[in-house]
Amino acid sequence: MDVSQYLEIFLDETNEHLQSLNTQILDLESDSENMDTINEIFRAAHSLKGMAGTMGYKRMQNLTHDMENVFSEVRNGNIKVQPDMIDVLFRCLDALQEYTNNIQNNADEGTNDNEPIIKALNDIISNEPSQDKPEEKAEQKPAAESASAGGDKWNDIALDDSQINVINEAKKQGKNVCGINVVVHDNCLLKAARAFLVFKAVEEKGEIIVSEPSTQDIEDEKFDKDFTLIVLTDSSVEDIIKAASGVSEIAAVTGAYIELENNKNYHKEENAGAAEPEETSPTAAATASAAAPADKAKAAPAAKTNEKKSGKPVVNHTVRVDIEKLDGLMNLVSELIIAKNSLVSATAQSEQSNSQAFNEQIEYLESVTTNLHESVMKVRMVPIESVVAKFPRMIRDLSKTLNKKMELYMTGEETELDRTVVDEIGDPLMHLLRNSADHGLESAEVRAQRGKPPVGSIFLDAYQDGNNVVIEVRDDGNGIDVDAVRDKAIERGTISPEQAANMTDKEIINLLFLPSFSTAKKVTDISGRGVGLDVVRSKIESLSGEVEVKSELGVGSTWTIRLPLTLAIIQALMVVVGGEKYAISLGSIETIETIEPDEIKFVQNEEVITIRGTVIPIIRLSEVLDIESTKNSDESLVVVIVKKGDRMAGLVIDELIGQQEIVIKSLGKYIKQCKFISGATVLGDGEVALILDANALI
Amino acid sequence: MEQLSTANNLSVAGEDSRGPVETFQYVVISVGAEQYGIDIRYVDNIVRMQAVTRVPKVPDYLKGVINLRGEVIPVMSIRLKMGLENDEITRATRIIILKLEQEGNVGVMVDEVKEVVTLNSNEIDKVSHGPKDGRPSFINGIGKHNNSLISLLDLNSITLGDNV
Repeated sequence: MDVSQYLEIFLDETNEHLQSLNTQILDLESDSENMDTINEIFRAAHSLKGMAGTMGYKRMQNLTHDMENVFSEVRNGNIKVQPDMIDVLFRCLDALQEYTNNIQNNADEGTNDNEPIIKALNDIISNEPSQDKPEEKAEQKPAAESASAGGDKWNDIALDDSQINVINEAKKQGKNVCGINVVVHDNCLLKAARAFLVFKAVEEKGEIIVSEPSTQDIEDEKFDKDFTLIVLTDSSVEDIIKAASGVSEIAAVTGAYIELENNKNYHKEENAGAAEPEETSPTAAATASAAAPADKAKAAPAAKTNEKKSGKPVVNHTVRVDIEKLDGLMNLVSELIIAKNSLVSATAQSEQSNSQAFNEQIEYLESVTTNLHESVMKVRMVPIESVVAKFPRMIRDLSKTLNKKMELYMTGEETELDRTVVDEIGDPLMHLLRNSADHGLESAEVRAQRGKPPVGSIFLDAYQDGNNVVIEVRDDGNGIDVDAVRDKAIERGTISPEQAANMTDKEIINLLFLPSFSTAKKVTDISGRGVGLDVVRSKIESLSGEVEVKSELGVGSTWTIRLPLTLAIIQALMVVVGGEKYAISLGSIETIETIEPDEIKFVQNEEVITIRGTVIPIIRLSEVLDIESTKNSDESLVVVIVKKGDRMAGLVIDELIGQQEIVIKSLGKYIKQCKFISGATVLGDGEVALILDANALI
Repeated sequence: MEQLSTANNLSVAGEDSRGPVETFQYVVISVGAEQYGIDIRYVDNIVRMQAVTRVPKVPDYLKGVINLRGEVIPVMSIRLKMGLENDEITRATRIIILKLEQEGNVGVMVDEVKEVVTLNSNEIDKVSHGPKDGRPSFINGIGKHNNSLISLLDLNSITLGDNV
């Protein structure tokens, strides 16, 4: 079977299952008796096994199989959850993740058999004596169930008058009327396809007159594991059963000739006495005898959970979409907005076409495009949960490696961000968390001395703030030792002692973000290789975000990451400098002021202005952009006040054009070095305008 | 807007009965008095001169960016890159959009686009790489076509940024 087309789905689902296993096992560690968690784990492990098996990844299947065995024992109450068992399970998950990564990279699971883990898993089980092979049990589950439940299901089908007529008619013609119950194998992925093959096989022998559930439901996979058919045929019931059993992944087929009198709905008043399964279904009896009563009892709860698992949500409201398709859609929306903008600018220019109706339609178009943009943006938003969900596990591991007690508290996992941002934000966050765990939190002794609780706390909070999403990583650890950073910076020659004397604590702390600056006294596995915070910062800045740190020595530090909600389309202020048009993101603009030339004062040879009591340095954009200003030096200045964190600056421009919705386009990799140009946009008239990154200018 | 098809640009010529000879197609452009050839496999598009938006703080030869059907594409001047005097924009000036593997699309301003020629591999003389007179070489071969010489541009060294 060619499975390559399912590879992506397989990878997606495997990652989901692994993530959920990670989370659940972590839960299990703190609450080892929770049956819901154990069941959930069992289910995820079972699905993983089934999927790996279908895709032909044998090693992965073996490993998950053994893991599933352990949980099946736990669930049956034969084993108690032990701390070292959790460790083995985590190792097992790591190995599975490795398989998955291998599959993702080269469509092959690799050659690592992970025997030590398998052995460890088996050891857990073998501590418990009375174990018949769980594999066999799994095989027998469906059979056992079909024997108990599916025995004479055809007698449960509600027949309407016309169907009864057809059956009676067929009997008169000497045809056989058979009831068939088909049980699909537990691990079967494409139930509907199997059912279709069964239908086809049976239809070669006779005519299917009734199916329960209906054919439509079976096609839509709206059935659990079994379905029942009533067939008119010239052949014997055994022939039909044989035909149906010939289809692969069918666990059991039972059948018998039907007597209408036996149908429970035919004679409702006497249905209690009418059922006589032993006589009507010899095959069913045979299957039933195969499943020993003892096994049946054991298998029953297992079968029940499986039922739940395979009974997928009947109506699925979500669709998996390739991110590239969304990008394509987004591009089209951008084009549409550009086209709309050109229409707006065209009408503004030609006065005569300014009829009322035309304007109304343009306004309508504008509202439609805005809504369309919002919807597409919403589609691209995903909760950051997909990224942060792996952190509790990471902190647990760190806690063991570092031998420090710590706990991670997360809030706001449901906060949504653009998919591209979410994909990128994982590494920086992981780095900050590791940083907090390694450098931030003190050792147990120091914590005791300082009167802090022995277990260190790390907080990860995410929330939306206007057009931004803020993610905070906070710890109650040592905080940043400003003096240590200052000494280190001087020692490294990053700053001179004189400079250091003049720098505020905040400026010193910001030195941490410089490349290859690590204050860790020793290099550990966790962090401190000197590549770190600078990478965090550049990553976040490449996402048009910013990162800040606040810290109090001995109390803890807070790292704040601020990211824009959307990257693609923003509201911007269009300005003219030296005849060229530039866009400034509206988000960073505080106010726009008109300043007379004599209001400009000098501080340390820098030009500043005073606005409502605040001294603000001004930046003449014409100088930054290497262009002649079109204004005379005695004319009043238009100053756009921009804000970054708690710092402000005034950008001197020549002219204001106005506010506009712009689509951000990259300048491409070819032009890379201008730091304060964050991108370009296409204006209504087809011209390109550059977007100024006010943050980089301050 | 002129467009050239980039499909089927490599073909095997069997006409001159000397067995299969590899052939290459080049877009012939003129820069100053010289003729240069650009391997057509790297040409995405040829467009007329249009408004170029200047980008500050970049090397001279980067003229800026243009809008090509909604895409923002950087444009460089081959003249300035080669150390010749600045472009004089005429009706014949064209921007050749090159598609590069690493950097994406890049536009190259040229004085004129003349024709597309097909050269057999035996009509191409390889020129050894390496800088001469301290200036980098921008060509990797010389093609002979109808008694005229076409310098075949080494697109890597043309587009390679000396901007680090």
